[in-house]
Amino acid sequence: MTMIDETVRGAAETPAVPAYRLVGVTKTYRQKGRVVQALKGVDVEIAQGDFVTIQGPTGGGKSTLLQLLGALDKPTEGHVMIGDTDLAKASASHLEKVRAQEIGFVFQAFNLIPTLTAAENVDMGLEPLGLGKSERASRVAEALAHVGLAERADHRPGELSGGQQQRVAIARAIAKRPRVLLADEPTGNLDESMRDEILVVLEELNAEGLTLLVVTHDSAVARRARRRLRLDKGTIRDITR
Amino acid sequence: MYWTYLRRELSGRKKQTAIVAIGLAIAIALVIIVNALSAGVRDAQAQALESVYGVGTDVTVTGAQAEPGESGQGGRGPQFDFDEDGGQTDDDGTTSLSQSRLMTDFLRGTLDASTLGTVTAIDGVAAASGALSLTNTTFDGELPQRPDADAEGGTGGQEMPQQGEGGGMGGGFGGGSFNVDSFTVLGIDPADTSVGPLSAVELTDGRALEAADAGSEVAVLDASYATSSELGVGDTIDVGGTEFEIVGIVGSTSSDADTASNVYIPLDVAQELSGAGDVISTVYVQAESSDQIAAVQSALEEALPDATVSSQSDLASTVSGSLSSAGSLITSLGTWLSIIVLAVAVALAVLFTISGISRRTREIGTLKAIGWSNGRVVGQVAGESVVQALIGGVAGVALGLIGVLAINLVSPTISSAPSADSGPGGMGQGGMGGGGMGGGFGSQLGQTATDIVLSAPLSLWIVLAALLLAMAGGLVAGAFGGWRAARLSPAEALRAVA
Repeated sequence: MTMIDETVRGAAETPAVPAYRLVGVTKTYRQKGRVVQALKGVDVEIAQGDFVTIQGPTGGGKSTLLQLLGALDKPTEGHVMIGDTDLAKASASHLEKVRAQEIGFVFQAFNLIPTLTAAENVDMGLEPLGLGKSERASRVAEALAHVGLAERADHRPGELSGGQQQRVAIARAIAKRPRVLLADEPTGNLDESMRDEILVVLEELNAEGLTLLVVTHDSAVARRARRRLRLDKGTIRDITR
Repeated sequence: MYWTYLRRELSGRKKQTAIVAIGLAIAIALVIIVNALSAGVRDAQAQALESVYGVGTDVTVTGAQAEPGESGQGGRGPQFDFDEDGGQTDDDGTTSLSQSRLMTDFLRGTLDASTLGTVTAIDGVAAASGALSLTNTTFDGELPQRPDADAEGGTGGQEMPQQGEGGGMGGGFGGGSFNVDSFTVLGIDPADTSVGPLSAVELTDGRALEAADAGSEVAVLDASYATSSELGVGDTIDVGGTEFEIVGIVGSTSSDADTASNVYIPLDVAQELSGAGDVISTVYVQAESSDQIAAVQSALEEALPDATVSSQSDLASTVSGSLSSAGSLITSLGTWLSIIVLAVAVALAVLFTISGISRRTREIGTLKAIGWSNGRVVGQVAGESVVQALIGGVAGVALGLIGVLAINLVSPTISSAPSADSGPGGMGQGGMGGGGMGGGFGSQLGQTATDIVLSAPLSLWIVLAALLLAMAGGLVAGAFGGWRAARLSPAEALRAVA
């Protein structure tokens, strides 16, 4: 099944190269001695600049799909195209390069390094780019300002609230100026007010043209998306109303 | 960022860093102290050997070990024979006896003097010098009149008991008083002292023996012996019943050791006075180069099958006493202790690094997810291990330096002595019993025991090697940790903690 985001295409008037194009993607792996088929022939296109949520039950294949989209893993079968690059055929070093330059990651548990300050955590995302010191400092400051944490640059994660930590994680992801931002349950560990805080930040980034793919269980998050996909038992369907 | 991250990581787990660093520090300190002590013991052994064998002696040739009765001069210990006129009898009937004997080592055979020529002709021999090792024993005492002396006539000589026969004179009367004094005498070639015992001494007074002294009754004394016997240049000393003029005093180049013998006299005079004939007891051999020592030793053993040929390493084993014990202790226990502690420290570092990687699975997965290359992650993990090891290494060097300083401040004194069962040159046949014989033979015969101050010299090389060792330990731990980190797939790492 191929699902093209007609809304975005229509808005742009001219066909654009999709941010992602997945063709016949299957992923199987072994777990406790048995073979698990996490994804079964998934076909999907994600347009550039779209805001897409992926919902579904636990064990439905959401995390597996996110790992394929994030160039963290390769499909067992099929193609995962990011721009013109087929991640299924890319070498390990090419995948590293794609992760370093094209993709920003935001995790449910923030995954910040507790011994580093907010600014240093953001800087970690720039490490693989080989930028000069001043360029890095400028990008770090800009990213933190973008998420409203310029004043907290020298604070360590333990000194920040959950929402602030997630904003630092978002700053780390966007400092590299990626093509897409992948978020795995970005509001899963946050209360309602903090969730709204993060959603505002994400919506602002999307409004600036950043493609957003968010895996979520939270229907409040899904309602804010332009396009909603559901992944269940390894198959995907569009549930956008 | 590399160093910031590294520093923060290490300071963020202080306990683990401290345990690994302390383990490595103890190991490195032990390595430094053991090495310094080993060097100190080696120096002490060399010092002890030089005082006995001289500088540059690579090989010695001595007569084979002899069974009692096999060697010259009857194969017995000092024997004193007094004939009818052997003493002076006072008015109260007390007879004063005095006799001095010069003898070769009765438990070691001598070599024909021609052996020196044989040795010199061997390929690879740069220089050789012969010496005759003797012991001068003086019996001095008074014998009271026996109550039944008239009845038994009192004719004929009185043979004194042999060494080792034990104290007491037997019989049923007492009151006799005897002193037995002995000192070592070395007959050397006065024309050639470049090899052998006198090559390692310094002249403290008078002059050394010269070529013109051949055939003359002149002697050079060891400084310690001269002091204890209150003798000086210009005095005379009784050697084998002959008065020798003391022309010089020599001392060991080390303030802590004596020279090889108490008295040095010309070789030809020693041969004549001892009645041993044209023999020598030791040939001191210098090889042309150190790599020829083994070949020279083999050639000598082949050319002189009846002699005992010993190399420097053999000679080193003749140094006994607490010096030898210290050497053994340091070599065996110290080295093994260092190795074990080092192995434990490295194992601890490896285990902590690997467990650290397991604990940091999410962190490493995240780093890979945000684009860090495998090499960059491995470099970070390995760098942390190496820096951790370097901290331990530097602390270990400091600890080791303190230990070495403490040893040098305490300056323990250990004794060295040629061992009783070998002793090329006939040295070291001490402890011969003789209880009840006045001064007794026991402590007098040729045992040149010396006390040596043990130092722990430290070289820059040891410090650098210790630091390299610590770094190597860190690299081993880092390699294991890095290998573990490299194997972590980012997807699996994140899935594992999801």
